[in-house]
Amino acid sequence: MANDAVVDKGRRRFLTATTAVVGGAGAAVAVIPFIKSWEPSARAKSAGAPVLADISKIEAGQKVTFAWRGLPVFVVNRTKAQLDALTGVDARLRDPKSDNTAQQPEYAKNEYRSIKPEWLVLVGICTHLGCVPDFFPDLKPEPFDPNWKGGFYCPCHKSRFDMSGRVFDGVPAPANLAVPKYHFVDDTHILIGVDPGKGAA
Amino acid sequence: MGTTMVRLHPKNRVLAWVEDRLPILSFLSSHTSGYYAPKNFNLWYYFGSLAMLVLVNQILTGIFLTMFYKPSALEVAPGISAAFASVEYIMRDVEWGWLIRYMHSTGASLFFVVVYLHMFRGLMYGSFKKPRELVWILGMLIFLALMAEAFMGYVLPWGNMSFWGAKVIISLFGTVPWIGESLVEWIMGDYLPADATLNRFFALHVIALPLVLLLLVVLHLGALHEVGSNNPDGVEIKQKKKEDGTPLDGIAFHPYYTVKDIFGVGVFLFIAAFIIFYAPTFGGWFLEHDNFIPANNLATPTHIKPVWYFTPFYAILRMIPSFFGSAIWGVIAMFGSIVLLFLMPWIDAGPVKSIRYRGLGYKVALGLFAVSFVMLGAVGAGVSAEMIPKWFGAEADATFIENLFGRFWTAVYFGFFVFLWFYSRGRERTKPVPERVTMHD
Repeated sequence: MANDAVVDKGRRRFLTATTAVVGGAGAAVAVIPFIKSWEPSARAKSAGAPVLADISKIEAGQKVTFAWRGLPVFVVNRTKAQLDALTGVDARLRDPKSDNTAQQPEYAKNEYRSIKPEWLVLVGICTHLGCVPDFFPDLKPEPFDPNWKGGFYCPCHKSRFDMSGRVFDGVPAPANLAVPKYHFVDDTHILIGVDPGKGAA
Repeated sequence: MGTTMVRLHPKNRVLAWVEDRLPILSFLSSHTSGYYAPKNFNLWYYFGSLAMLVLVNQILTGIFLTMFYKPSALEVAPGISAAFASVEYIMRDVEWGWLIRYMHSTGASLFFVVVYLHMFRGLMYGSFKKPRELVWILGMLIFLALMAEAFMGYVLPWGNMSFWGAKVIISLFGTVPWIGESLVEWIMGDYLPADATLNRFFALHVIALPLVLLLLVVLHLGALHEVGSNNPDGVEIKQKKKEDGTPLDGIAFHPYYTVKDIFGVGVFLFIAAFIIFYAPTFGGWFLEHDNFIPANNLATPTHIKPVWYFTPFYAILRMIPSFFGSAIWGVIAMFGSIVLLFLMPWIDAGPVKSIRYRGLGYKVALGLFAVSFVMLGAVGAGVSAEMIPKWFGAEADATFIENLFGRFWTAVYFGFFVFLWFYSRGRERTKPVPERVTMHD
């Protein structure tokens, strides 16, 4: 630059503006990989992938356990008798209306805690200390409860849940068994881990 | 300028050589012996320097903890993560490890003790008012960074309260409309707090946020030294100067206030050492009992509650119910309670700074504000949930009474700002502010 050069301010402004715009755009794009690096990794995604459960072979009154994100997920085909007995135990439950919204999605906040009344889908983990409750489907007196109407009984600390996974009053478990996100793909398949209307993931 | 910059020329030839090229001694001296602070500081003026002391403690003990801690949620034994095991290793096997960790964990709580007192001092004496708005805002940013830092630090031992605390706090972001769910997964890097979450929180806790904190502290002090310290009378000492240009009611920070602060440090270390040696968990208030249990994503603690310094804000979050099918209102109220503090310089339009010369309304309102903070803290910590059955009988509707109580104090908290807006613009009857600072000697 010559010692006595005349500064072309317009040209200087143009260069400043273009450098700022191009550099800014480049910097903004360069941020993307760093932001994206925080998303669940391929390993986390595969471990957390939804599970397609074939329910065509589950007989009435039977329970089948599927594994999803390392959790046991119970799928139960409830009988008419079991469903009819549900309202009868309401008075003995801690949260009969499923008001604790953390324990089920909105579409499972009903008497049956399910999308279709007969099909119960639950995370089979006791809300007390994480044991897996046993399944006692029969409506008959059990050693732990003379008025048993079917449900789940945790062998660790004797928490009891009804046939909708609702916790009884006066047991150590504080909350109903959790209902995972799920939906019916067709009449014989349930996709565990995806809400209805979200499509196949 | 609050400081007087005098170019030093050290006699020592090496120091003089450096000083001519980088005037570091001149800089330091202008901010210590060349910084004039009001001569009427009282007990409330210890907490700024004490916050600096705790910051140094956190950095030094933190560096040593990273030498032994492993930020991994992967299991090294059934149900025990590498992170949890490494904290136990520090506590049991590392020479003096227990002391270094307890200095760090106690330091975290004491940081908030001194910062809350420091902030209350600002509210009492109007230190947030013109021309110190930026000092206040930078201080509030330090407070925010400190909260993020403390939260992430609490997650690192990967105890059960670490896990569930992280889960509850991160799920707050799930209330954001539309993007909430993806945002939560993005923060966690998984579908629940997991190894990825712990690892990134470690990175933020030990490098990103400390850098931010240090930068903010430098800016906070830089802004303070530009405008000069406020004082219990709220009098601007720069308006009356001696012949040499220094404030008539000012004294050099060094040696006068360095000596005073060293005394404060002595008392503070006495208290801190007592806690570190005799009550490091402080009865479950500094380190919660549930955090001595390894993280278990299947077993929720009976009461998920944050450490004491977050409980007032946590209570506000809990007291606001869902509306229109969204829980975001509580989250907005919680963040709003902090945003309002940021805005104090503009909410309070009163010309008088110090509470000594303000109207009775301000004194009562600030007192109620402080009480609401403590009461909300009690609600958030579960004290009220525990006491209600004892006071009202086991038959009482504990949730109803707690909500009534918590919402009342939430209203008082927010009411302070609303009241202050109108009061400082209208009916406040202030006393005359003296020309010079007052002394009680």
